[in-house]
Amino acid sequence: MTTLLILTVLVLGLLVVLRLSRVADLTRELRGLREERITERENRISGRLMWAFGAIYLILFTWMPIHFHEVFLPPAASTQGVLIDQLYDINWVVLGIVFFGTNIALFWFAGKYYHRDGKRAYWYPHNDKLEMIWTIVPTIVLVAGIIYGIIVWNRITAPVAPGTMQVEMYSKQFDWTFRYPGKDGKLGATDFRLITSDNPLGIVTRKSLSDRLATLKQESAQATADREAQAATLPTSSLEDRDADIAHINRMIERLMGLQKLMEDDIKANGANSAYMHGADDKVTKEFHLPVDTDVELLMRSQDVIHSAYLPHMRAQMNTVPGMTTRMHLKPTITTDSMRVMTNNPEFDYILMCNKVCGISHYNMQAPLTVEAAGAFKVWNIMLPVFEKAGSPAPAATAEATPAEGTEETSGTN
Amino acid sequence: MSAAMHPPVADSNSHAHAGLHHHKESFISKYVFSQDHKMISKQFLITAIIMAVVAMIMSIIFRLQIAFPGESFAFTHFFLGDKWAPDGVLSPSMFLGLVTIHGTIMLFFVLTGGLSGTFSNLLIPLQIGARDMASGFINMLSFWFFLAASVVMLSSLFVESGPANGGWTVYPPLSVLPQAIPGSGTGMTLWLFSMVLFIAGSLMGSLNYIVTILNLRTKGMKMTRLPLTIWALLLTAIVGVLAFPVLVSAVVLLIMDRMMGTSFYLSEIHIAGEALDNMGGSPILYEHLFWFLGHPEVYIVILPAFGISSEVISTMSRKPIFGYRAMIGSLMAISFLSFIVWAHHMFITGMNPFLGAVFAFTTTLIAVPSSIKVFNYITTLWRGNIVFSPAMLFSIGMVSTFIAGGLTGIIVANAALDIQVHDTYFVVAHFHMVMGVSAIFAMLAGVYHWFPRMYGRMMNTKLGYFHFWITLVAAYGVFIPMHYVGLSGPRRYYEYTEFPMFQGAFMDLNVIITVFAAIGGAAQLIFLYNFFRSIWYGQKAVQNPWNSNTLEWTAPVEHLHGNWPGPLPVVHRWPYDYSKPGKPDDFVPQTVPLEDGEEES
Repeated sequence: MTTLLILTVLVLGLLVVLRLSRVADLTRELRGLREERITERENRISGRLMWAFGAIYLILFTWMPIHFHEVFLPPAASTQGVLIDQLYDINWVVLGIVFFGTNIALFWFAGKYYHRDGKRAYWYPHNDKLEMIWTIVPTIVLVAGIIYGIIVWNRITAPVAPGTMQVEMYSKQFDWTFRYPGKDGKLGATDFRLITSDNPLGIVTRKSLSDRLATLKQESAQATADREAQAATLPTSSLEDRDADIAHINRMIERLMGLQKLMEDDIKANGANSAYMHGADDKVTKEFHLPVDTDVELLMRSQDVIHSAYLPHMRAQMNTVPGMTTRMHLKPTITTDSMRVMTNNPEFDYILMCNKVCGISHYNMQAPLTVEAAGAFKVWNIMLPVFEKAGSPAPAATAEATPAEGTEETSGTN
Repeated sequence: MSAAMHPPVADSNSHAHAGLHHHKESFISKYVFSQDHKMISKQFLITAIIMAVVAMIMSIIFRLQIAFPGESFAFTHFFLGDKWAPDGVLSPSMFLGLVTIHGTIMLFFVLTGGLSGTFSNLLIPLQIGARDMASGFINMLSFWFFLAASVVMLSSLFVESGPANGGWTVYPPLSVLPQAIPGSGTGMTLWLFSMVLFIAGSLMGSLNYIVTILNLRTKGMKMTRLPLTIWALLLTAIVGVLAFPVLVSAVVLLIMDRMMGTSFYLSEIHIAGEALDNMGGSPILYEHLFWFLGHPEVYIVILPAFGISSEVISTMSRKPIFGYRAMIGSLMAISFLSFIVWAHHMFITGMNPFLGAVFAFTTTLIAVPSSIKVFNYITTLWRGNIVFSPAMLFSIGMVSTFIAGGLTGIIVANAALDIQVHDTYFVVAHFHMVMGVSAIFAMLAGVYHWFPRMYGRMMNTKLGYFHFWITLVAAYGVFIPMHYVGLSGPRRYYEYTEFPMFQGAFMDLNVIITVFAAIGGAAQLIFLYNFFRSIWYGQKAVQNPWNSNTLEWTAPVEHLHGNWPGPLPVVHRWPYDYSKPGKPDDFVPQTVPLEDGEEES
């Protein structure tokens, strides 16, 4: 009812406005005024407004970052961040000059040259010299700017030195998981078909692979038996669904057996250096710690959709893409504790957040990052449980594991 | 110049039209299945206005949620009801849906279909002196595909699982997997279907525009005498013809991944507790295909805006556009460069960093022709005799917002700087400024300027003033603070309440943005009122209200099929002889022959 009333009032109001403006039109016509005849007075007012707007615009533009300075990030907390901040500073200065220059010219001319009756505009169709200047000068400035930018970019994205510490950042809807290498200093191979609650990153070891195969074989047998038992009672469509499910499981088994062969060949060829031998001592955690003043290579994978690992305080960002490993490297320079002092905020934390829309809870896919001294980092890292000793894998699966691989668990720890 | 570039003989395209003016048209053939370019142009414009209103309401709803998270709004509830806004609080799923559809509608349906569709149809035949488009029938189809696409897009708002909500770029795997987000169900199907229709319509339109401009110019209308609007619309159409088909291929592969079990974009995905069978695809492939259209697309939006503002600024400054040839050259340079910059949207996707460096370089180069245009606009104003019609105000506003948005483009083009601001509100502010607000300003300028040509009546100038100033202040009020928010603020976040760093000044700025967005939205009511009222009640227009040189103002106010009652006008000079020394008036229409000894400019 209220809505109806409001609507009625709005419609009546609109009608009143329509009538009133009709009256205004008629008086205008009587006085011989026409819409396209814009008087000198009107033009002068518009010109003055151009000046006023231009001035207020530039003043507020300058005032705003001063007044709201809290919104800016604290100083960059990584070596690449420092480079990026320097690059920003130079760009802000150059762009600021151009911004103020062009806007002042634009609003100044617009306000100054409003229409005067009986005056004529200056005939000035082109000036080759002038146009040359403002083609060449911006080109030089822009090329210089971008070359500097590309130099910084190349430094940031340069390949890391061999032996750099690697950490894996793993994204899924809607959280982050991290993996640190064990004593061997290397991260083990992974496969998405191995992902279970006990193996959230799908790390491949002889044990995890054979456990997973056993579970899948059991699932397949169970599903086939169920289907046979209910073949008579279920409608065709749901039988087809079940067939598709069984086929899907069998495909997984087939591919994992292929992987198993690949793994055994690789281990045969490379021994303890095989990527499949590095996984057992990996450490999987939901906490994200990095040592200060140490170059770290972050390897990123994604379980489901594209996410983006965004570390604004480090001026670092990289997408995580399902089906491939993306990477960036980073050397944090300020510990969380120092930053708490610097920002005068005991609650301060570096934040890792998702910056590529990834689903409904995208807005809350975050993890704090702790940057600490090398010693403290080491202590924290040592306390983390190791992948293969930590979780007790599903007991039923282990019991029925295939005899060939299930027993001879030698694990990469040495 | 090739043979096609030679001006065709006058009246070569007048064929049967001359004798057909008196035939009585039915309502259906005049207003619905019209093949007349002037009517099709109005159809595009009105459709785009309706779409723009929808998209603007969406933006106000999600801006309310961003600034006042979790608060209840009758406004939100009125439009979305209990399902999507329980207790008047926008749901997270619909938040993303609104963000996605707002972007899609604004970019494709308002700034591509609306801007280029409206003004290509209106201006091409009238400004080159043609009776109509090369193919009136295909032209009609192009509108009907556009309308069908609009209807399908709007209908996706009403499906049970909601509209597509993975962002307007619909990156896979999110857009492929309904398990990942509800909008990737039926909503996404409709989105893709709508886009295919849209592109089909757009291609029909573009091909028609190109053929018409190249072949149907009247006698004397050399390419070097074309108004800049026509040059801009020609290049827009060419860019569209080359770029849009690539989006079709991206969309078709996406549809196959969704419906036929292919793996073009999918690999190694474990979702909803299940490992999918898809192997070997790459979402990066989609990103390349998408942005191969996506980047030229922003020039498809801004080139017509350049054309319109060039024309309006020159006419209303009563001065020739400064550096006509440089303006054409920079339009061409922008069109060419637009095809070799797409991967700057992908600096941090895991693409090879070397490619990042190459694309950063080419992208930065695009700032050169852009800055030439800005300098030329400013020089055109210098020592002009500026008549501040609403169209002129909006054109100056366009130059101003283009400066603000263009300069931040130099930041985001720089791969190293992009690392920090990629996918943040800084980028949102940048592209809204440079192609959202700028293009909308040019579109509004075009509507005010050519309204008398479209409807034979004038829009109210005073209301136009209010509309402009409120809109300008609101546009800056929204997008300048958004840059600061964006230096650390990720976008497409339903709320920031869980982040201590995003409180205080961050939220204050967000409130400012939302308040100005609401003011700006309300200001458009002035425009809508002025527009629709003036169609029926506006003051009757004279033939050439702005004392303009171009051909469209030599046609009679009353619309005729075939545009000119007698023979087609013959062109003798370029379109920018404003305030030419030695002439009695401050304008010399293109149809006036050169005097003895007069030099062509």
